[in-house]
Amino acid sequence: MNISSILFYAISALILGAGVLAVTSVKIFRAAIWLLFSLIGIAALYFWMQVEFIAAIQIVVYVGGIVVLIIFSIFLTQNSGKEMNSPTMGKKIFSAMAALFGIAFVGNLIAQYEGFAYPSAKPFDPNVAEIGTQMLSTTSHGFILPFEVVSMLLLAAMVGCIVIAMRPKNDTENISLNNNETK
Amino acid sequence: MMQEIPLTHILFVSTALFFIGMYGLFTRRNLITMLMSIELMLNSVNINFVAFNKYLFPDNLEGLFFTLFIITIAAAEAAVAIAIIINLYRSHHSIDVEDATEMKY
Repeated sequence: MNISSILFYAISALILGAGVLAVTSVKIFRAAIWLLFSLIGIAALYFWMQVEFIAAIQIVVYVGGIVVLIIFSIFLTQNSGKEMNSPTMGKKIFSAMAALFGIAFVGNLIAQYEGFAYPSAKPFDPNVAEIGTQMLSTTSHGFILPFEVVSMLLLAAMVGCIVIAMRPKNDTENISLNNNETK
Repeated sequence: MMQEIPLTHILFVSTALFFIGMYGLFTRRNLITMLMSIELMLNSVNINFVAFNKYLFPDNLEGLFFTLFIITIAAAEAAVAIAIIINLYRSHHSIDVEDATEMKY
């Protein structure tokens, strides 16, 4: 039991503990903050696996982007200090049973391969230059096509978000009409 | 460095995280918290990709690329979902899934 394995179990405990609190907390804002801690723990796990680039992306996109977006939408849509309706006891019990069964089933499958793979002797140090070269390479191991497709997807998502969240035009006219009437 | 942790322990962690997300998806009735559960499930998949890449195929980078693309698509998905949630809140004044029943039955 060296320091590295202790670090791994500490990070795992952080991820799972914060994850459990994120799905069970009755205050929605606290749930968002626990999700934030869980995502930071996952970034720490990536650092522990020495894939620093993925860890940086995880922090920038999830912690800096998605969680902030979720917190904004909580502020926009509800009273953040209010407690949410707790699910019924029957639903809680059956969901917990389903989740525990899933963990036991998949865990049992994984346990058959206990000690299956330790890190290979070959060093694994993906540097950013290599990732960038392969991402834009047009050879058979390159990822230029998914890269372009995903850029189209992001553009479509951006335009789609604006269209969906935009207030319909006649709606704003009605509101300004009402405002004028009240004046 | 990290010679003592076998791959299976990382898989246990990601399995547990996936089913925690599934529990949240089953019990929550608020759209934002359901979205948060889905984020947890996507992250558990990412852990698997990176761990398999590091432990079994250290010469390749395919797992890292899958992780990168999943993170990108998760970001797009979260943005669209939140736009839909805000639109739903505007028309129903609630983001509880039990209140959006127009298309039920």
